[in-house]
Amino acid sequence: MTTTAPTSGTAQDSPYALTHLDALESEAVHIFREVAGEFERPVILFSGGKDSIVMLHLALKAFAPAAVPFALLHVDTGHNFPEVLDFRDRTVARHSLRLHVASVQDYIDDGRLRERPDGTRNPLQTVPLTDAIREHRFDAVFGGGRRDEEKARAKERVFSLRDEFSQWDPRRQRPELWSLYNGRHAPGEHVRVFPLSNWTELDVWQYIARERIELPEIYFAHEREVFNRGGMWLTAGQWGGPKDGEPVERRTVRYRTVGDMSCTGAVDSAAATLDAVITEIAASRLTERGATRADDKLSEAAMEDRKREGYF
Amino acid sequence: MTSTSGPITAEQLLATTLLRFATAGSVDDGKSTLVGRLLHDSKSVLADQLEAVERASQVRGQAAPDLALLTDGLRAEREQGITIDVAYRYFATPRRRFILADTPGHVQYTRNMVTGASTAELAVVLVDARNGVVEQTRRHAAVAALLRVPHVVLAVNKMDLVGYAEPVFARIAAEFTAYAASLGVPEVTAIPISALAGDNVVEPSATMDWYGGPTVLEHLETVPVSHDLAACPPRFPVQYVIRPQTAEHPDYRGYAGQITSGLLRVGDPVTVLPSGRTTTIAGIDALGRPVDTAWAPQSVTLLLADDLDVSRGDLIAPTAAAPAVTQDVRATVCHLHERPLRVGERVLLKHATRTVKAIVKELPYRVDLSRGLAHERGPAALEVNDIGAVVLRTAEPLPIDAYADSRLTGSFLLIDPADGTTLTAGMAGEAFPESAQGAAGAEDGAAAQADDAGWDF
Repeated sequence: MTTTAPTSGTAQDSPYALTHLDALESEAVHIFREVAGEFERPVILFSGGKDSIVMLHLALKAFAPAAVPFALLHVDTGHNFPEVLDFRDRTVARHSLRLHVASVQDYIDDGRLRERPDGTRNPLQTVPLTDAIREHRFDAVFGGGRRDEEKARAKERVFSLRDEFSQWDPRRQRPELWSLYNGRHAPGEHVRVFPLSNWTELDVWQYIARERIELPEIYFAHEREVFNRGGMWLTAGQWGGPKDGEPVERRTVRYRTVGDMSCTGAVDSAAATLDAVITEIAASRLTERGATRADDKLSEAAMEDRKREGYF
Repeated sequence: MTSTSGPITAEQLLATTLLRFATAGSVDDGKSTLVGRLLHDSKSVLADQLEAVERASQVRGQAAPDLALLTDGLRAEREQGITIDVAYRYFATPRRRFILADTPGHVQYTRNMVTGASTAELAVVLVDARNGVVEQTRRHAAVAALLRVPHVVLAVNKMDLVGYAEPVFARIAAEFTAYAASLGVPEVTAIPISALAGDNVVEPSATMDWYGGPTVLEHLETVPVSHDLAACPPRFPVQYVIRPQTAEHPDYRGYAGQITSGLLRVGDPVTVLPSGRTTTIAGIDALGRPVDTAWAPQSVTLLLADDLDVSRGDLIAPTAAAPAVTQDVRATVCHLHERPLRVGERVLLKHATRTVKAIVKELPYRVDLSRGLAHERGPAALEVNDIGAVVLRTAEPLPIDAYADSRLTGSFLLIDPADGTTLTAGMAGEAFPESAQGAAGAEDGAAAQADDAGWDF
């Protein structure tokens, strides 16, 4: 048995003040355990992106030495990075987890969804996600959303009630006080739960470094064939890029977020290690979504509109 | 002022603590500008966010970027130019990480400030130097006192519009501090600022050399963040029972939860409530690491020496300082929903990790926060944004503390059993010192159960 000495924060703080990472970790673990205690069929949205990887890591810690009492759900746009899918499958195998996949491609193939003219598939995820939630009767759905990502998310609760169409109504949100989360819902409704609500991009990276969490390699600087569209470096691929007049070049880049290849841009970066990435983010002058997400540039209220419709 | 200059290194950021704080102000006090200024001057606003604000300001025909637009999140708010809900903002300096609950100031949104203040360790109350302490200010002070926010800052804004005159500031600070003291607020830090010009927000003012105190950000960076653990008896609401039942851990039975106050040690004699059975702490598992001690707000797993029947909803407390268990709860509440709360109503009461049925037995009074806490006896109902007293009878006994002693095990929610709506936020015991009502000239003999000798956290 080891003895824990109180950590020392800044000079004014009591020796018992937790560091911000310990405080955020404790809060997220509390949220996972509340859901395990109050819901019948929770599921973790797992994309293989860093936020969902951190969520899974926290869930593993929250219930150790027992297994995580939740399955995983991945909404596969059909345009995912192969490195990320590979990482997803290895993670599932390593922790003996159960993975459900909702496939956007299946919906396009059988005509339930139609491809958008711009080839972007992020907005198409809503229907397969909602169907999967209904089909498996998931009552709590963990998402990796953070309030620092975007203005509409800044006002969403940790426990976010969704109607049977998965819609979010910002005016009908339940006030959330202290650490008392109200997860009651009617049959057919479910609750989206965001354990990382209070984390920033930097916190996520620092926690990854502290806990030595493995990530897909595309988060670190590597050489890749890319082309420029709308000021972002997109990866060439069968999803539909590049078009005529969009020259492909080889650049050293990394990804700050991982999503659909058609709308997730890479940034020029030489940051090949966790420390280099953290230094780069601390100095960055662009938000994560501003730098890398075409779907949020559509309008000032883009995220709010998609959330209302049932997006993550 | 140099505390925020220079690049932040990864190492520095690892060593920082976290401060949760809330802001409150009336519609035109410049609260959004103050928040925008804090974010902007602490270099927490990134280029694309600033560009979006500049674009939106131009569209509206404003010459300078309107920093208030940084915090007005939802479409309806942008269209109406008001903040309708609690928004959470994140920024960091080399010393600290901050979570700001930005709450709106209109009279009808008391519930939002109550929500923001419930998790805050510090509240910034903003007043316009030209108007001084107004009805809204008294309301905000009362909410901060009601929710027992440990630190209160009075930011006297728009000092540029009163010629940066010290007597104006001194008069407002004295009036506010006296009022806050009558509510039981132990300490107020008053700071003269101009959010628009940037005086004393992040950088010290060049024009108010009569002021020798900290800027708003300096104060936020240095105020102590953790409560006095030794003064608070530990509380541990059980969230979940961890039983792996695997070959490796055939007999492991751990009680998972977050310590809400105080410090726990291996070997401590504890009582499990409401059953009252006693045992000792045999081990503490701090997320995979065995430790001898753990303290609030850590999430841990406790191992107990005896095989007791412990489940979600139970509370583990030291045998020497366990809370009383009761089915009769008298509390101060803020009603949060448009559906009024009436005597005879059947509700669910969520306290820590336990939810029980309860019935509203009495509504002894409603408080008018803006008129010196005047009491209206026996109101027919509590309406949305009302603060008042409630007497409840619960179906099962609850180990509930006075809110004055413990914010997390003295608070609860009332929930509509029919549709799960959160109706009411409750704080066990009396909210304000009896003298506060006396000072306001209100005739009221309601028994003060709370210990208001001081705020222990």
